[in-house]
Amino acid sequence: MAVKERMSGNEAVAYAIRQINPDVMPAFPITPSTEIPQFVSAMIANGEIDTEFIPVESEHSSMSAAIGSSAAGARTLTATSACGLALMWEVLYVAASNRLPIMMEVVNRALSGPININAEHSDSMGARDSGWIQIYAENNQEAYDNTLQAYRIAEHKDVKLPIMVCQDGFITSHAVENILLLEDEPVKKFVGAYQPEHYLLREDETMAVGPYAVSCYCMEAKRAQAQAMRNARQVILDVAKEFEEISGRKYGFFEEYRLEDAEFAIVAIGSVCGTIKDAIDRLREQGIKAGLLKVRVFRPFPGEEMAEALKHLKALAIMDRCEGYNATGGPLGAELTAALYRAQASAKTVNIIYGLSGRDVKVSDIEMVYEDLAELAQGNNRFGEYPYLGLRNRSGDNYGADR
Amino acid sequence: MEQTGKFDFKEIQGREERLAPGHRMCAGCGGTIAVRNVLKALHPGDKAVVGNATGCLEVSSFMYPYTSYEDSYIHNAFENAGATLSGVETAYKALKKKGKIKEEYKFITFGGDGGTYDIGLQSLSGAMERGHDMVYVCYDNGAYMNTGVQRSSATPMYADTTTTPSGKVSAGKPQARKDLAAIIAAHNIPYVAQTTFIGNLKDLYVKSEKAIYTPGAAFLNILAPCPRGWKYDAPDIIEICRLAVETCYWPLFEIIDGKWLLNYEPKNKLPVEDFLKKQGRFKHLFKPGNEYLIEAFQAEVDKRWEALLFRCGK
Amino acid sequence: MALKAEKINEHTVWQDLTEGLQIHEPATSGLFETGEWRTSTPVVDWDKCRQCLLCAPYCPDSCIPVKEGKREAFDYQHCKGCGICVKACPFGAITMKEGK
Repeated sequence: MAVKERMSGNEAVAYAIRQINPDVMPAFPITPSTEIPQFVSAMIANGEIDTEFIPVESEHSSMSAAIGSSAAGARTLTATSACGLALMWEVLYVAASNRLPIMMEVVNRALSGPININAEHSDSMGARDSGWIQIYAENNQEAYDNTLQAYRIAEHKDVKLPIMVCQDGFITSHAVENILLLEDEPVKKFVGAYQPEHYLLREDETMAVGPYAVSCYCMEAKRAQAQAMRNARQVILDVAKEFEEISGRKYGFFEEYRLEDAEFAIVAIGSVCGTIKDAIDRLREQGIKAGLLKVRVFRPFPGEEMAEALKHLKALAIMDRCEGYNATGGPLGAELTAALYRAQASAKTVNIIYGLSGRDVKVSDIEMVYEDLAELAQGNNRFGEYPYLGLRNRSGDNYGADR
Repeated sequence: MEQTGKFDFKEIQGREERLAPGHRMCAGCGGTIAVRNVLKALHPGDKAVVGNATGCLEVSSFMYPYTSYEDSYIHNAFENAGATLSGVETAYKALKKKGKIKEEYKFITFGGDGGTYDIGLQSLSGAMERGHDMVYVCYDNGAYMNTGVQRSSATPMYADTTTTPSGKVSAGKPQARKDLAAIIAAHNIPYVAQTTFIGNLKDLYVKSEKAIYTPGAAFLNILAPCPRGWKYDAPDIIEICRLAVETCYWPLFEIIDGKWLLNYEPKNKLPVEDFLKKQGRFKHLFKPGNEYLIEAFQAEVDKRWEALLFRCGK
Repeated sequence: MALKAEKINEHTVWQDLTEGLQIHEPATSGLFETGEWRTSTPVVDWDKCRQCLLCAPYCPDSCIPVKEGKREAFDYQHCKGCGICVKACPFGAITMKEGK
């Protein structure tokens, strides 16, 4: 029996954490993820869970303590945003290379500078090559559902990798929306008890973790770690299938929204997808064949599957809530374009930067993108060579191009 | 598991070795003397998890696939040995509470002065302030030895290091050492001590046992000479440690529940020159015309010694 | 089955390395013979040795085993020849000889 509720993304995640009752949570507050450790602390204070909370003095220590805790054999999680994630950067790689299935709730926020607290993907995208699995949510429901699936993926014997469960700062983390919650018992059964094979505190075995490795081992070790990320692909799908059985909600690498017969599509991550879906519904009424591919899993990157789903399109806008500072666009743009090239897809593509530091995206903005995709398919490029959506500029161009 | 306060030298030497040979520390390394003897203070049969900051010790004692530890061991990074072991200790509490672990464990982490005084100070401070039941052991060799003898905030004044070289217009490191033991004592943890290798190592053993078996956070600062960085003949380590103590450059003391205790007061305090002249890193101080530098060094030692006597109620 | 440390070497293929480079056995470094490094070697004169054991705790390489209150022969497989034990001995029972 699902429970109908209204809650924010942070509350939804905290609700999932209560149901999972993990062993240890080190955390340091940072907006907009701060509520998560607050909620967990309150649940501990009220005896609702028996998780041990470590009030560390920084995010670097938060991830460092998480690594110690996970290596010791405890189911461990933390939460962070933006600069907090950046401060962890060095040890994110250590968590992954040591094969520790830590869960981290990432409430996406812009990296400094300038300092800004609003939604952007520069934080988790900056950590995209750290060896962590990354799953993104569009709304509070998905943040909740992804949290419930996270340990099943991370702790799987073929994976054993840390996992980031990402949601957009404020837009998802703080906005209150309807949600369907699962009851505690089916969740407990689904998540299961954690029994690692090797850990520091195993009484009949010692473990040494975190070696110095000379060159004759490092390359092989990295290939083995890469295999775990490759293995995660099947595990993510299997776990989603099992989750569907208890929730009725379907998940995969990505969600296709009216994509099958679409001629023009947007590929995007996170909360903007709700706006895009609304725009699509309106455009469809006008006979414009618009569609969406919403990326859920960014690591492992499902490039082949995405290219397959997109290859019939005439034109395609890949939208990044992150400036790549590579002088060509954003990270999703770069990786998906490469995947499309490998698949010899013929769709014309454009990579649009949008929503930086919480900049609003309106339904009308998205409608415009679809209209301009139709033009692009005809060979008329209104996007320019480096499109930004919603950027003030001298010429008044819709994509910020001052030609 | 409680401290016994007993020191039976023969019994202790006969205990099982918890730091195996085959590690790649330099011949004559003081750091490994510290580690071996701290681990000997674990009572036979007691379990432990050993942590380690990046440094000479880490790259030498767990070089894949060779671990030198009889106990479980974790290295994470350079600046986070405190936080890492606090995570291990908290996991122990959590798993113990849930009945998943029956046996008792002790938690001991080692860092050099780079990982402890400098890059790891915040992480150490956090772990001590939170009061985890663990021991942080600094093997203080007074410079970043693993990267080739760069100065640290533990490096003594005027020492010649690769980032404070003595030269035509330089007398070596301009600043005096940071007093880390006092900084950690200011965290009001139950046990802080400073020691080195003296005589039959009773001082080191007794302090290690107290640190390990005192509930709550404990900190040990162990002067651990480095023959390469200090430029002395490796066999002279015992003499150098003795002089460090007899000159009052490295006093032996404890801070138990906030109370400062002086463990040893030389009857005849030797001039610090005796300690300095054994080491190549201070060679430039003995050039004619540089007597004033030795005087300044002596003044610094005297000032700190007086302050320590005052703290200890002497 | 994960390989034991003694089977892991520069020929081990990536599939056979231990997961996360974790080692699940204690004290495997004994397999590595640092005795190779030695350029001079400590030798005990057992007539002079009074079994005071002062040499044992000063060895940085745990190469002076103590059993039943008595020190045994040096572990030459691992002794690096640092010479600290020579100075630790109050009875002049240990001397260094050139070479291995």
